[in-house]
Amino acid sequence: MADSTLPIGSVIDLTPPGQVYGTWLDQVHDWVVTVDHKKIGIMYMVYALIFLLVGGFEALLLRVQLAVPHNNFISPEVFNRLFTMHGTTMVFLMGMPLIIGFANYLVPLMIGARDMAFPRMNAFSFWMTALGGLMLYYSFIGGVGLQGAGSAPDVTWWAYAPLTERAFSRGHSTDYWALSLIVSGFGTIGAAVNIIATTLCMRCKGMTLFRMPLLVWLYLTVSGMILVTISPLTAAQIMLVIDRYLGGHFFDSQAGGAPIVWMHFFWVFGHPEVYVLVLPAFAIANEVIPVFSRKAIFGYPAMVAASCGIGLISLSVWAHHMFTVGMTSAQNAFFVLSTGLVGVPTGIKIFNWIATMWGGKIRFATPMLFCTAFLAQFLFAGLTGIMLSTAPWNWQLHNSYFVIAHFHYVLVGAIVFCFLGGFYYWYPKMTGKMLDERLGKWSFWLFVIGFHMTFDFMHIPGLLGMPRSIYTYEPGRGWDTWNMIVSIGAMIQGIATLVFAYNLVRSYFKGPDAGPDPWDAWTLEWATSSPPPAYNFASEPVVNSRRPLWDLKHPEDPDSRYE
Amino acid sequence: MFRRWLQRNGPRPAAYALLFLLGGAAAWGVPSDNIVHQTPSTFDPHSGPALMIHHLSLFVIQITFTIFIVVASLLAYVVVRYRQRDPNDDSEPPQIYGSTQIELAWTVIPILIVLVLFLTTARILFAIQDQKMPPTAVDVDVVGHQFWWEFRYAKSGFTAANELHVPLSTQQVPMITSLNLLSADVDHSFWVPALFGKIDSIPNHVNHMWFTPDKTGMFVGQCAQFCGVEHAKMLLRVYVQTPDDFDAWVKNQQQPAVQDPAVAEGRQIFESQSCVSCHVIRGTSANGKFGPDLTHFKSRDTLASGAADNTPANLKLWIQDPDYVKPGSLMPAMQLSDDQIDKIVAYLDTLK
Repeated sequence: MADSTLPIGSVIDLTPPGQVYGTWLDQVHDWVVTVDHKKIGIMYMVYALIFLLVGGFEALLLRVQLAVPHNNFISPEVFNRLFTMHGTTMVFLMGMPLIIGFANYLVPLMIGARDMAFPRMNAFSFWMTALGGLMLYYSFIGGVGLQGAGSAPDVTWWAYAPLTERAFSRGHSTDYWALSLIVSGFGTIGAAVNIIATTLCMRCKGMTLFRMPLLVWLYLTVSGMILVTISPLTAAQIMLVIDRYLGGHFFDSQAGGAPIVWMHFFWVFGHPEVYVLVLPAFAIANEVIPVFSRKAIFGYPAMVAASCGIGLISLSVWAHHMFTVGMTSAQNAFFVLSTGLVGVPTGIKIFNWIATMWGGKIRFATPMLFCTAFLAQFLFAGLTGIMLSTAPWNWQLHNSYFVIAHFHYVLVGAIVFCFLGGFYYWYPKMTGKMLDERLGKWSFWLFVIGFHMTFDFMHIPGLLGMPRSIYTYEPGRGWDTWNMIVSIGAMIQGIATLVFAYNLVRSYFKGPDAGPDPWDAWTLEWATSSPPPAYNFASEPVVNSRRPLWDLKHPEDPDSRYE
Repeated sequence: MFRRWLQRNGPRPAAYALLFLLGGAAAWGVPSDNIVHQTPSTFDPHSGPALMIHHLSLFVIQITFTIFIVVASLLAYVVVRYRQRDPNDDSEPPQIYGSTQIELAWTVIPILIVLVLFLTTARILFAIQDQKMPPTAVDVDVVGHQFWWEFRYAKSGFTAANELHVPLSTQQVPMITSLNLLSADVDHSFWVPALFGKIDSIPNHVNHMWFTPDKTGMFVGQCAQFCGVEHAKMLLRVYVQTPDDFDAWVKNQQQPAVQDPAVAEGRQIFESQSCVSCHVIRGTSANGKFGPDLTHFKSRDTLASGAADNTPANLKLWIQDPDYVKPGSLMPAMQLSDDQIDKIVAYLDTLK
């Protein structure tokens, strides 16, 4: 059966693979041994969503504890474990798999490839990442160790030495933390290598680098950054394990080691990591905003340059996490300047997105709602970032709730919002079913309300002197009301997440059929059926411009004329 | 049953009972009698460098707020003006692919803003960080320990804990307080927002901070770098005193411990237990360096690094079961009899 509405690849067998059922065990086996980039991508996403629920639940427990001063809801030991696990989970087990999952699913489709460059390594990367996550959570059971000290890691997700040395962190919890990050780090590096190779070598005919969708460009940048940044993290973890078990003294201050070296290693990973997470969010905005504004992206070359610029500059800003550790004034000044400069390409992006919407006919379906909220929230997060970059003021703001509010504004307000938008946008492609719009709007507005209640008000106790990582605080400090509001907001976000999760499940069974191109979009993934068959395209597509489907839909005025 | 009770007594007792229950849940296990009502706001500077930081922050807020208003208004305008009005209108808007002039403008303008911000920041950064310390400065070595602060006044030859006393600085008599930050174990961070930002205290790495307090009184702060189980109760107090009061305080701290014969028994128990292996009381055999110096214990307002007020009742609780007052504290419960504890409390209570 051929579908004549499909502009490209009209000779594909359109029987969706899901309709060829085997036994239940066959299906599980099928998923476990698969090397199909789409299935691996979906596994990454499901994995990330599960850990989003786990990490979110941990956050809710933290917020209940902090709702009132001197609360006894959970003990300090448990609180410290939970916030360490919350941070580690959200960055390494939720954020990274989520971005890599979308890349896995979308990059080959968007460049007209039949799969990733190294399908087997792709599967290997996923299972390494999955193993890392399971290992980290196994620490709740196995972390106790012979000394019976602690279970899960409780040294914060930035794990400053020498708190992680054996003198201060007995038992095996820190070992689980270090090893699971090494393991999942290998998975991440594998995925990055794969994305780079795929982008550079697997593009279809006519798909020059400057005709790639911006999403692919951003993932190319991100993968390069992953290669540069995950390596120092892995090196630092190995040094830590050597310190703990082989008598090394890299960070062991009692034997003359230097804790500051750990900080440099960690943040030379840690800061680019923020951009590793946020550039894919930009990538989604780059696809969603033009389609729902019905306009081509404004200033494509500038957007590519800005992405590469962010990637490069972000490698030289790490020590803005370290203004308080006693660097010289000249060093501090350097990092003030480099941090400020990273705002310039970011600003270009925001202006170009607004310019893309300018003069368009904006359709506010759920994906666009999330991306619009992202624009406003990311603007705000960027400006609080400018505040944090001014070193002397940073001495006040650093490690306070202001910082927590700032980076959650980025991680939730920008990244989670964009990826939720991304789910609403590509779910029809992945499953062949539309997500429910009414539930989508509910989850959006609940999320907006909850998000702003939580993270807008979280800036205030930080300005009023409340430090981070504390399991309780003194009454009478003027922080009580703000913390209560923040906790209530967190609950609302929890509800919004559940509405979203319910929508994902419900629509899979009851959603209306999507068809190949429900959003009237322009990139190649919409030129094949939903969900796409194995190997995506029966015949290799040929493209002449950045928007191949626009050219097909508007033969009288193709893009190729203007590029 | 409850309804009948409510009808008989009216809603007010029920409301009180509910409040009591909620308050009880919140206050359970808190030995603090006097809550200090003070917000350690970063916008309430009371020293030279804190004021400079404050001015910088106001400048940065003005710039970022302006940017936010301009860009957010643009976004709001676009959202309202260019939303699709007629859902059945399938025509596409004119396609625009970019404009070099406009894009150049919104590249150059942000670069200029960044430069202005950088130069302003650098000026204040260098002014604060590269300030030379005069020989008259009051030097204090601040040593972070797991969950308490040690203050060594090396020039004056004594050590205090958790409550830092510093002299007032006035236009006529400027007095710089200069802190060298060290750590005995893991990373900590010294933060009293009214006086300065925070600077970390890191093992094997000496950091520096200075301030010129311009108002007498007590300023609260706390450790700002996660340092273990009880990071949250590693509280800080700085007492800014007039030079005369400060000198009197120093004179008293320099004295060895008070020897009151009335509590000799308590002192004897203290010296015969392993209290002495962690605490110093000058003039006795107690010379341990792991815990806070107790020579002038009673001159402090709080105990356990601010976790509780320094009252005999709280002290008794603290010695009986440190974990109750401050879970995870490194002070062990010594398994002493009630009588022994009472006598030790009576003894420590004389160490003015």
